[in-house]
Amino acid sequence: MDHAATGEQALAQIAAAQDLGALETLRVAFLGKQGSISGLLKTLGAMSPDERQRIGPQIHALRESVTEALAARKDALESAALALRLASETVDLTLPAPEAPRGSIHPVSQVMDELAEIFADMGFSVATGPEIEDDWHNFTALNIPESHPARAMHDTFYFPDKDGDGRAMLLRTHTSPVQIRAMLDQGAPIRIIAPGRVYRSDSDATHTPMFHQIEGLVIDRGIHLGHLKWTLETFLKAFFERDDIVLRLRPSYFPFTEPSVEVDVGYARDNGAVGGSGDEPGRGWMEVLGSGMVNRKVIAAGGLDPDEWQGFAFGTGVDRLAKLKYGMEDLRAFFDGDARWNRHYGFNPNDVPTLSGGVGTAA
Amino acid sequence: MKFSLSWLKDHLETEATAETIAEKLNAIGLEVESLDDPAARLSGFTVARVLTAERHPNADKLQVLSVDTGSGEALQVVCGAPNARAGLVGVLGLPGAVVPAGGFELKKSAIRGVESNGMMCSTRELELGDDHDGIIELPADAPIGMPFSRYHGSDPVFDVAITPNRPDCMGIDGIARDLAAAGLGSFRHKSTSYQPISGSFPCPVKITVEQNSGCHVFWGRVIRGVKNGPSPEWLQARLMSAGLRPISALVDITNYFSVDRARPLHVYDLAKLQGGITVRRGRAGESFLALNDKTYTVTSEDCVIADDSAVLGLGGIIGGEDTGVCDTTADILLECAWFDPDWIARSGQRHAVTTDARQRFERGVDPMMLSVSIETAAKMIIDLCGGDVSEPVIAGQFPADGYPAVQLMVPYSPSQALTLGGVDIAPETQRGILGRLGFLTPDPDSLEIWNDAAHKAQALATVGWDDALAKHPDSWLVRVPTWRPDIVGWPDIVEEVVRIHGIDRVTSTALPRTDGVARPTATPAQKLERKVRRGAAARGLSELVTWSFLPEAEGEHFAEGSGGLWMLANPISEDMKVMRPSLLPGLLAAAQRNLNRGAAGLRIFELGRRYLRGDAGHSDERLTLGIVLAGEKTARGWAAGKPQAFDAFDAKAEALALLAEAGAPVDNLQVMAEAGPQFHPGQSATLRLGPKTVLARFGMVHPATLKAFDIDVPVAAAELYLDAVPARKGAPGFARAAYAPPALQAVTRDFAFLVDAALPAGDLVRAVKGADKANVVAVRVFDDFRGQGVPDGQKSLAIEVTLQPAEKSFTEADLKAIAERITTAAAKLGGILRG
Repeated sequence: MDHAATGEQALAQIAAAQDLGALETLRVAFLGKQGSISGLLKTLGAMSPDERQRIGPQIHALRESVTEALAARKDALESAALALRLASETVDLTLPAPEAPRGSIHPVSQVMDELAEIFADMGFSVATGPEIEDDWHNFTALNIPESHPARAMHDTFYFPDKDGDGRAMLLRTHTSPVQIRAMLDQGAPIRIIAPGRVYRSDSDATHTPMFHQIEGLVIDRGIHLGHLKWTLETFLKAFFERDDIVLRLRPSYFPFTEPSVEVDVGYARDNGAVGGSGDEPGRGWMEVLGSGMVNRKVIAAGGLDPDEWQGFAFGTGVDRLAKLKYGMEDLRAFFDGDARWNRHYGFNPNDVPTLSGGVGTAA
Repeated sequence: MKFSLSWLKDHLETEATAETIAEKLNAIGLEVESLDDPAARLSGFTVARVLTAERHPNADKLQVLSVDTGSGEALQVVCGAPNARAGLVGVLGLPGAVVPAGGFELKKSAIRGVESNGMMCSTRELELGDDHDGIIELPADAPIGMPFSRYHGSDPVFDVAITPNRPDCMGIDGIARDLAAAGLGSFRHKSTSYQPISGSFPCPVKITVEQNSGCHVFWGRVIRGVKNGPSPEWLQARLMSAGLRPISALVDITNYFSVDRARPLHVYDLAKLQGGITVRRGRAGESFLALNDKTYTVTSEDCVIADDSAVLGLGGIIGGEDTGVCDTTADILLECAWFDPDWIARSGQRHAVTTDARQRFERGVDPMMLSVSIETAAKMIIDLCGGDVSEPVIAGQFPADGYPAVQLMVPYSPSQALTLGGVDIAPETQRGILGRLGFLTPDPDSLEIWNDAAHKAQALATVGWDDALAKHPDSWLVRVPTWRPDIVGWPDIVEEVVRIHGIDRVTSTALPRTDGVARPTATPAQKLERKVRRGAAARGLSELVTWSFLPEAEGEHFAEGSGGLWMLANPISEDMKVMRPSLLPGLLAAAQRNLNRGAAGLRIFELGRRYLRGDAGHSDERLTLGIVLAGEKTARGWAAGKPQAFDAFDAKAEALALLAEAGAPVDNLQVMAEAGPQFHPGQSATLRLGPKTVLARFGMVHPATLKAFDIDVPVAAAELYLDAVPARKGAPGFARAAYAPPALQAVTRDFAFLVDAALPAGDLVRAVKGADKANVVAVRVFDDFRGQGVPDGQKSLAIEVTLQPAEKSFTEADLKAIAERITTAAAKLGGILRG
């Protein structure tokens, strides 16, 4: 028997099989229990040793080649079928994917987190107080006498109510009452910042009746104006992430500090960018902070002995800092809630201010 | 406060430029708001003579001038002014000059075909006056070719913001004293060089100052036979540089003293006074017409000047129209008085009137300058208006035991410039600064003001001299000048020394730092706030910051449970009248604005306070998260088809997720009713920890609420009361409880129960969870079916129960027993297991 011819014939049949069913039929015909090649294998037992040695390898080779051919053809047919199915499953991937909403953090919140991060590094913790205040905490304790212009109706929002001690209730006009509350609650030494909403009865492009301030207070032994200057320089350099921040201190007046100092920062007139000395050509000075050494009367109102403790306080507008850093123009847009404005000026929730990553978020 | 350089130089001998002076003013705390230099404004304008004037060939109203600018070559200029004529000396703007009025640059041009090389200017064009009928006519001998700024006198004008603590700098002499102290020249002590004028007759007006009237002292002097009219040009120019309108010589003189010496004066027309002058409290029903044409009704807390018939004016603030001087005034009463600063401030606030007089008296006018001022002013009046002066009459007196009779003294150690001011200044330098500012540092033992030893001891004890010496043996006894009532303690002296020495010389000094890296400072409340805020944004919500105020109606609509709204007495508008009792109205209003701007869907939140009533009249401000989901949740799309609106479950999902961020035990919360009338009654609920503690409310907003906010799309909302989230118990640590995943796999079993349609699915879930706490670890509802095969009034709830074997796998018997416990628990709620 010509096993080689049988093999060629079988391989041709396998190659011609057009589907998996035909291939299976062939497999059964060749290798099944009753298959032709299985039948040949059975003849081996009846052969003489010589014959078996001569013919055996031929039969085994035949079986192997057919088994391989069947497997190869099966793979080929399966691949072709898969390719056909996949071709039918084609989708247009230029179509849009499902839209996931994008949330944002308001610039005021972001900047407050930045400030908390910077001041934490300098050992300042965050303190809070009520926005609906009494006039003792908001004014009297801060050495703002009753006849002070800031007490007039046109600056301060008042409620008709009085508290249990007969104090007039009002909306705090600054975050400074937190100084008093912190001193009374925590005693000294103290290093706090107090960010929050404040209110003035005032409204135009640069003033809104509600805005955000941040207050800083350090009370300790031996604190002087040089510490204030260092703190403000360090803070502004860290906030704007620039080493060329130049401050100009100007003597001023606030009832709650003595001496009082207004702080200007140099900026470029053409693009408003903060940095450099305001005395250089093309630059000017912009007022950014009010500050000073805490008035002895205020320290006493905070329940501390002004002969033992002294310190400094400062305050600035958070919204303004946000504007200066991130370039918003109109303060009123901060509180309008326009979704388009939020998308543009808001922050990704993953932009958590850290010192290692830089507190600011690049545009 | 505005003043010109030349006026300043009346009091300050200096060669410094205006820029240098402005820099120094800023450096010493007198903030320059603007420095207007007319020389710069008028550059390019020159004195010129019209040589010839011819008719313009192409225009009736124009002339062609030939103008001599002193350069030797005549310039051709086209001019439309009717007064332009040969021989006129005027002001020519050359090409390149910028016309102050209008700010346009002059260019060489052709006007109706005739070349023009500049513009002859009117006073209005140069902002020197209102005249625009013709061009400026200068005297014939004006030097041709001189820059007009030089001819006109270029007098830079400073505008300086004076802080409320500086009464002295409300006068130019005070500013000059500060500048001189800072080394910018020498101070001319004008107020100490004057000649008293003796009166030629006794003052005929009886003046009375009542006790506790707000006025301490009133000096009066009558001047008879004055001639009032326009004041001289120099005085008018001065006042205009200070931003004051010249009125008449007498009024201008009083204004001059106000600006020059911070000394308000007043003049009354004697003919219009009825009897004597009384300074007293106002009385009910009294009113007067003031010089600003407004009528003021006075109160008993106001200090008024009255004659025998009526109130004439608010003392120290504003005078009356009826007794004011006019052109025909012949006899006057000159007033130089001292009013209590607090009275003035309160009256000024009460009547909302701001005048130069008020701004000075409320800061505190120098009480020692009364006699000097009335003498100097009387002299100026007779110099400019003529007349006979009476002897002065003085009514009232300063208290014998207070300021200014007792001059304030402050113990001060020069070392305090360093310990408070942060700058080391040699004591003699400090003494020099103080001396130039008028602060004396005498040896207490050699002072001549002591009556006797007892007086000295008492006075020194009052200022704490011995204590100061004990602390600082180098202390000085600083005598504060009477024009500085703001100086009350040694820190004020530090400020004086440091600001004049130069606050820029303060050296930055690092705050001491604790060892190691910075300690965490955030409070638990802050951490919660941050997690919730960033959690919400990460879930796709945009953070807003909305006003704390609401219109009253919106506030009322959300007011229940607030204990009564906080309502402002003086709101800026009706839209900002009450403090928000909830964060939802502000967000709904913002949603409405955005929808009006074309937004289809919105996911917004705000994290802030809601304002409730607290104990003892205080507020109770609670941290709250408001969420509004408005309009389309998903836009129409190629895959899903129609747009999908938000529903109450979207609000529930946000509420639960963000309560979880806040650390609330969300697995233990109960869903209960009573979200409030602002919500859809059938599609809203509260999330509670126990029956009482409400952590949140959520659901669809009531259509009536939406209508009130003018919103016509469905809105889901949630409000999380973060103040109610219980704080974590126990000491914070980092290690978690020990845990290893169970070795055996969990199995799930499905059950379907027929229950009453009104039974909350949550009740069934809770019952099943409780049926076998050892084995049941999770229960999920996966179907809520009503309709075919389910009887009316019932529903089929399908649940998937997860069972976790512990030591060994469940046997069939185990599972059967568990299933029985579950069906028994469901049966207690009326649930029937479906086959």
